[in-house]
Amino acid sequence: MDRLLFGDNQFFGVNHASEEKARAQSMRFQDIRAVIEVIDAAYDEGVNTFMCTTHDRIAGVCDHVRSDPQRYADFKFFPCMPYAHKYANAVTEHGMLGAVRRFLPDGGLLDTAMRGGMALAKKDIEGITTLIIDAEMKMFAGLETPVIFLQNVVVDLLLGLGFNEAFRMFANHVRSRYHAEPGFITMNMPKLLDALESVGIENPIVCSNINKLGFRMCGGFGAYTEALRRRKFRAIAMSVFASGAISAREAVQWVCEQPNIESIVFGASSRNNIRSTRELVDQYWKRREAPVEPVTAPTLPGSVG
Amino acid sequence: MLKLAVVGLGKMGLSHLAIINAHPGVRVAAVCDPASYVLDVLNKYTGVTTFTDFDDMMRRTELDAVLVATPSSMHAKMVRKALEAGKHVFCEKPLTLDPRESEELSRLAAERGLVNQVGYHYRFVGTFQEVKRLLDAKVIGDVTHIQAEAYGPVVLKPKGGTWRSQRAAGGGCLYDYAAHPLNLVQWYFGMPRGVGGTVLGSVFSSETDDEVFTTLYFDGGRSAQLSVNWSDESCRKMSTKITVWGTAGRITADRQEVHAYFRDTAKLLPGYREGWNTRNITQLTEDVWFYVRGEEYSAQLDYFVRCIEENESDNVNSFATAAATDRVIAMMVADAQRGAGITEQSELPAPVRKRRGLMALFGK
Repeated sequence: MDRLLFGDNQFFGVNHASEEKARAQSMRFQDIRAVIEVIDAAYDEGVNTFMCTTHDRIAGVCDHVRSDPQRYADFKFFPCMPYAHKYANAVTEHGMLGAVRRFLPDGGLLDTAMRGGMALAKKDIEGITTLIIDAEMKMFAGLETPVIFLQNVVVDLLLGLGFNEAFRMFANHVRSRYHAEPGFITMNMPKLLDALESVGIENPIVCSNINKLGFRMCGGFGAYTEALRRRKFRAIAMSVFASGAISAREAVQWVCEQPNIESIVFGASSRNNIRSTRELVDQYWKRREAPVEPVTAPTLPGSVG
Repeated sequence: MLKLAVVGLGKMGLSHLAIINAHPGVRVAAVCDPASYVLDVLNKYTGVTTFTDFDDMMRRTELDAVLVATPSSMHAKMVRKALEAGKHVFCEKPLTLDPRESEELSRLAAERGLVNQVGYHYRFVGTFQEVKRLLDAKVIGDVTHIQAEAYGPVVLKPKGGTWRSQRAAGGGCLYDYAAHPLNLVQWYFGMPRGVGGTVLGSVFSSETDDEVFTTLYFDGGRSAQLSVNWSDESCRKMSTKITVWGTAGRITADRQEVHAYFRDTAKLLPGYREGWNTRNITQLTEDVWFYVRGEEYSAQLDYFVRCIEENESDNVNSFATAAATDRVIAMMVADAQRGAGITEQSELPAPVRKRRGLMALFGK
């Protein structure tokens, strides 16, 4: 995995700090060309991986990248599925089974439709899971998708239910059908590591909040830093700026000091911001070659200005 | 270890189940839902004990507490049975569709000394809690008005197949969406003495409301207005906003931020200044042990568990406070049926005549 991954929250009005900023971003990025412009800026800055939800609008980015293989020779997608609001709204409207039925393939390929109907009738969860994964992956056909993620709402729901088998189903299908590595996004990293281990998923790619504030690191700051030190997994840090509560330099410096973090995912809306983040990471990541420094205690939320 | 059952495995029920099942102090002893499909899958993959019949579950399972997340019209019966069996109860909102029933359940829970809580999770959101703290400290002086808004993309076309599309079953924007901001207004202002100008409008739904507007009248000339619409695609998800005006300033809060403007007459709390202040949710959120979809959902269930452990039945979001919200909802339904208070045909009182001439100029 690349050291820096480019995220997509900013394109879809997801902003954990401010609803006003979120709205301004949805306005700015409502034309997919505005999104592609920023992705291009990231690519030109050497950030080659786009970690994105399977939001319908991403299909436009996929089409664009497919249309110019020469320009995007090194471009990689890390799809994150599913786009949860799509399903949550469908459950409100159609109920649980109705929603599943809606997202299973229904037209076109008769055998896929049959597979869906049969899987649903036989309570074949593995079958349903693989069909939904295939439906979500359709837009990425012919593109590089070396890691495929399960989104945190789904991961953490399954984790809470104790439905750990679903992680194995996801991992198996992603490996066998897409020759990709499975990835898991979570807000409960230490607990998830136990669950993944219990179903035999070794050295998993796990993306979670890792920031100096301890913001949304459930299970506790100590458990996270302990896991980074001792457990065998490939960590991706997200929300390193804690939604803007920490200055960029302080945030990046701290994250780069933590052991065993393989990548950082970040969002930005301008080339300048992308560049300055990349430069900060370049600067502080170098120090990782030095012996691991002790983990510093979190700054208390109250002390942030 | 607290033994708990989750009843109703729809969207809220499953989310509650995931959160409470991860609680270190709780063992989920049973789940109950009429849909055997979901039950079979859960039982097969998580090993949880399942029931399709509530009474059967109550008879055959040793329980301390019951979490009710069934369609709203079924709450009353199940909550009553659980209380009568001596179980602590967490119930999804609204408590019931009949305020008299809600008040009875509240009395029953109090008599039995049982913890009784309703899922108005906004009272566990850091920003809305901060508004409460500022109002309790009278920072903005005498409060005159609250505006409470909620918008979101739930019903965006005419068809819908679940109980949520029928008002008789407790579906609709009023019960499902507007209850939340209304409950917040009541947290801040208490019980209104009246409502007026209520509109329960349909945008797409044929059997229930999609937009809700009303004015709430409180003692001392205070008022609040509610503006809610769940057919608003411009919001990515439910977006709730509270604005409070007082003699010494104004406070606005949503899920992410508190913006407060304090005049020089404001009684400032430590950390705040005259003029504009911003507080972000990252500063106001307390850690939770497990996260699925927002700290507040975890925090309210942890609070419920702690109230049981500490034998505290005077809790936040008690049945009594939820019953007060159910009462205002009923008042709004009645008010909406009356329609416009003053119509084009209404006989209007004659305007007070102004005095003319020199005397008026001198104000006499």
